[in-house]
Amino acid sequence: MKRLIAFLCLYALMAGSMRAQTPTGDVLVRNATVLTVTQGTLESTDILVRDGIIAAVGENLSAPSDVPVIEASGHYVMPGIIDAHSHIGISNVNESSAPVTAQVSVGDVLNPYSISIYRALAGGVTTSHVMHGSANVIGGQNETIKHRWGIIDPEELRMAGAPRTIKFALGENPTRVHGRGTGKRPASRMGVEYVLRETLTKAQRYQEEWNRYEQEVRTNPRAVSPAYNGQLEVMSDILNGDILINCHSYRADEILMLMDVLKDFGIQHITFQHVNEGFKIAPELAEFGAYASIFADWWAYKFEVYYSTAYNAAILTRNGVLTSINSDSGELNRHLYHEAAKSQKYGGLSDDEALALITINPARQLGIDERVGSIEVGKDGDLAIFDRHPLSVYAVNRHTIVDGIPYFNADRDADDMRLAVDPESRIDTVILHDHHDDHLCLHEGELDLYDFLTNH
Amino acid sequence: MRGLLSLIFAASALLSVLNHEFQENFTALTNARVVTITQGVIENGTVLMEGDRIVAIGTDVEVPAGARIIDCTGMTVYPGMIDSGTQMGLVEVGSLSETRDNTELGTLSPQMKALTAVNPNGVAIPVTRVNGVTTVLTEPSGGMLPGQAALINLHGYTPSQMFAGFEGISMQFPATGRRGRFDQRTDEQVQEATEKALKLLNDTWNSAELHSRIDSTYQARPESGRKPAYVPSMEALRPVVRGQQALVISVNAARDILAAIEWVKERGLRNVIFTGLSEGWRVADQIAEAGIPCLVGPVLSVPTRPSDRFDKAYRNAALMHAAGVKIAIRSGETANARNLPYNAGFAVAYGLPYEEALRAVTINPAEIFGVDDRLGSLEAGKEATLFIADGDPFETSTTIHHVFIGGYQISMESRHTQLYEEFLNRSPGLENRDGP
Repeated sequence: MKRLIAFLCLYALMAGSMRAQTPTGDVLVRNATVLTVTQGTLESTDILVRDGIIAAVGENLSAPSDVPVIEASGHYVMPGIIDAHSHIGISNVNESSAPVTAQVSVGDVLNPYSISIYRALAGGVTTSHVMHGSANVIGGQNETIKHRWGIIDPEELRMAGAPRTIKFALGENPTRVHGRGTGKRPASRMGVEYVLRETLTKAQRYQEEWNRYEQEVRTNPRAVSPAYNGQLEVMSDILNGDILINCHSYRADEILMLMDVLKDFGIQHITFQHVNEGFKIAPELAEFGAYASIFADWWAYKFEVYYSTAYNAAILTRNGVLTSINSDSGELNRHLYHEAAKSQKYGGLSDDEALALITINPARQLGIDERVGSIEVGKDGDLAIFDRHPLSVYAVNRHTIVDGIPYFNADRDADDMRLAVDPESRIDTVILHDHHDDHLCLHEGELDLYDFLTNH
Repeated sequence: MRGLLSLIFAASALLSVLNHEFQENFTALTNARVVTITQGVIENGTVLMEGDRIVAIGTDVEVPAGARIIDCTGMTVYPGMIDSGTQMGLVEVGSLSETRDNTELGTLSPQMKALTAVNPNGVAIPVTRVNGVTTVLTEPSGGMLPGQAALINLHGYTPSQMFAGFEGISMQFPATGRRGRFDQRTDEQVQEATEKALKLLNDTWNSAELHSRIDSTYQARPESGRKPAYVPSMEALRPVVRGQQALVISVNAARDILAAIEWVKERGLRNVIFTGLSEGWRVADQIAEAGIPCLVGPVLSVPTRPSDRFDKAYRNAALMHAAGVKIAIRSGETANARNLPYNAGFAVAYGLPYEEALRAVTINPAEIFGVDDRLGSLEAGKEATLFIADGDPFETSTTIHHVFIGGYQISMESRHTQLYEEFLNRSPGLENRDGP
C-alpha cells in the first residue's frame, strides 16, 4: 500500500509537469514454470520485462541491479488474463433510450476508482473488454482497458491502439426493453433483423451521399454537404471494417441471421458473445470465420439459455471456432482461470487449449494479439504468477503485472485498496451479492435502474 | 415383481433410455480408495451395497457370489455431496415467473412447503447429480417467513421419493441496514424500516408462542379447553417454537448476525441453523460462542464491502471454521449447484483445511439436518448414496464415473452430455443447405 501511495505521488508529480505517459516498468521473474500458451511450457525459466515489454524469455537471464526481481521458483507464470466481456470500471452500462445507440461509448464513462478493477487484477486479469449493455440491438461502443490500478486519469486506463469495438444484441433483451418495454421495434427476432438491416442500409446510403458530395465538391465549391449524423458515422465505420462487432446472442437461429445480414453488407469480423447455442451451429460459425466468446457453464437463467451445454467450449474448439471464455461479471472475472479449467472437465481440452480460452484467443478476437495474450519477446509485460498450475482449483494468484509494473502482490495486499473514499459514504453499507446480479438478472416487465444495470 | 422390474430396468439400460438401475442384490465396489469421511481413508478397499444400503466397507470384505462388481482400480469412492442451499426443483428458468415456484404471496407463509413444489423432472437435477452432488436443501424465498425448506435426494419420480428426511422453517432475518449502494433512504427511514421489521418478527413470534400455549392447554385437557383458532402460519410455527423443528435463519450482514444471535437467545430457541453468513467472518467468535451451526456460501462471491480485501468471501468459511463454528457449504445456486465442489475447492485454496471442506459438503450438513444416520459418510448401515471419481472431486478436471443414490445407479446423462453427444460432430454438417 505504501508502495502504491509512493507510486501515486510520483505519478502525480510527473503528471503535473507533462502530459501523462502510461507508466511502464522493469521486472525480472526468475525460475518459474512459464506457460507461454503459444510456445509451450518452459521449466525453470526467467522472463525479463524492460520498459513494459517482454525483452527476454530464457534460462539464467541477467538484468541490471536496479531491475526488481520476483523469485518464482515453484510458481507458474501465465500471460495476463484477458476478459473479453466485462462491465467493470464504468459508471454506466446501457444507453437504453433507443434500439440503436451506436454513437455512444462506454469509453466516455470510465471510472478508474472502481474497486472491481483491483479485484479483477487480484484474479490475474490484466485486460478487460469493457462493454456497453445488451438493451439495444445496436448498442454503444466498448473500450478495451488495461488494469492499471492507481492511475486516476481515465485516458490511461485505455489500451491505446486497441481496435474500436461495438456492442450488438439479439433476442430477449432488446425485445424486452424496447418492443415489450416501450413499444418500439423490435418486439421479436423478426424485428431484430429488420432493425439491423434498416440501420446498415441507412449507413450505406449515408456513405453514398458523402461520396457523391466529395466527388461534387471537387468541381463545385458551392456543393452542399449531407447533414452530419453521428450515429451513421459510427455505422459507416462498421461497414468499413474499422469497428469490430461484438454481439450479445444466445440462440442458434439469431446467430445464423446475423451472419446472413453481415454477409449481405460485406462485414467479416464478428465475435458472438455468450453464444450459448453456438455449439449447435459450430460448422456455420467456423465457415464464416466468426468468433465465439462464451461462459464456461452459465445456463437456465432465461429461456434462451435453457438448451445449453457446458461442453460448448469443447464443441466449438473441436469444430474450428476461435473461442474465448469471458466473465460478464465482477464475480466470475476473478476466477477466469477456473472457468477455463472447466473446459477440461467438459470436453477434455488440453492445458494450452484451456489457457488459450482466456489469453491468446480473446486477444485475437479483440485484435490485440500482436501485443498481449501470450508470453513472447516483444509483447507487453502483462503476467500473472500463480502458486500452482492456474487450471487447478487450488491455484492462488500471487502477482499480477501490467506493462512491467506489479499492480497486485498477494504478500503486500492490504485489506482496503480503494483509491478514494467518499467522506459521506457509510462504512457499514453491506452489498449482498446475488450470484446472478452481475449478468443474468431479469425482473419481469420492470425497467428500473437495477434492471438497466444488470441488463448486459 | 421385483424381478420383473429389474428386468425392465435392465432392458431400459440396454436401450440407453434410462438406466436408473436398482441394485436389488449386492453390488461391490472393489479395489477402491474409500474416503469414508468419518472413519478415515481406506486404500484398496471394498464397498459392498445391498439394495439401498451400504452393508460393509473395508479391506477384508467378503463379496457374495453373484454380486455385481465394479472394479474401482485407480478410483476413489466418496459419499454423495450435500448442497446446503439451492432452489433445486423449484426454479426451472430463472427469468420466467411461470417456472418459478419458490415464492408465495405474503411475507408470513411458514406453512408453505417447498417439497410440494419440487419438480422431480427439473432439467437441472441430472445436471447436478452427475457432478457428485446427490442431495440438496431446496429453499423457498421471499418475505420474512417464506415457507419450509426441504432436503431432497436428486433421484426419484415423486417429491416423497426424493425427500431426504429434513424440513426446516425458513426465515429471512430482518436486514437492519441499507441494502446497498442504491439504497438512498435517510438514516431515519432506515431506522424506521428496521424497527418495523423487528416488530413484525416479534409480534409474529409472540403470537406463535401464544398459539402454541393455547394448543398445549387444549391438548392437556381437550374436554375443557378450547381449540386454538385455525391460523395456518401459527400451526406451522408451533414445532419450531417447541424446538421440535429447525428454524433456518438466513442472515448475512455482521450486525444482523449479531441481532439474530440475540433474538434466538431471547426467544430461547435451541433448534436453529443460520444460512448465508456473507459477513460471518466478521463476527465468527460470537457465532461460535452461540453454538449455532452455519450453512455458508456461496464461497464464489465478491466481498460485501468495497473496503474489504478481494478474497474475503473466499476466506469466509475458513475464518468461521477457525473460530470454531460448525459449517456446511452451500452453493446458493440452482442450475449450477453442480459447482458446489468448486465452492469447497476455493475455500480450501483460501485457508479451509481440506478435510474440513470435505466434511462441510458431507457429514457436517448431514449432522446439522439430523440425517447423519443415513447420509454424509460411507458407513455400513447408511444409504448407498455415493459417487466414484478418478480424483479429488474439488479439482476441476476430475471426472465422476458413477453415482449411486439410495442404491440406484444413476444415469450419467444430462442435458449437457446429451447435447455434447449430438453436436460434437453434427450430422448433417454443412450439407443440404438450400434455403431461400
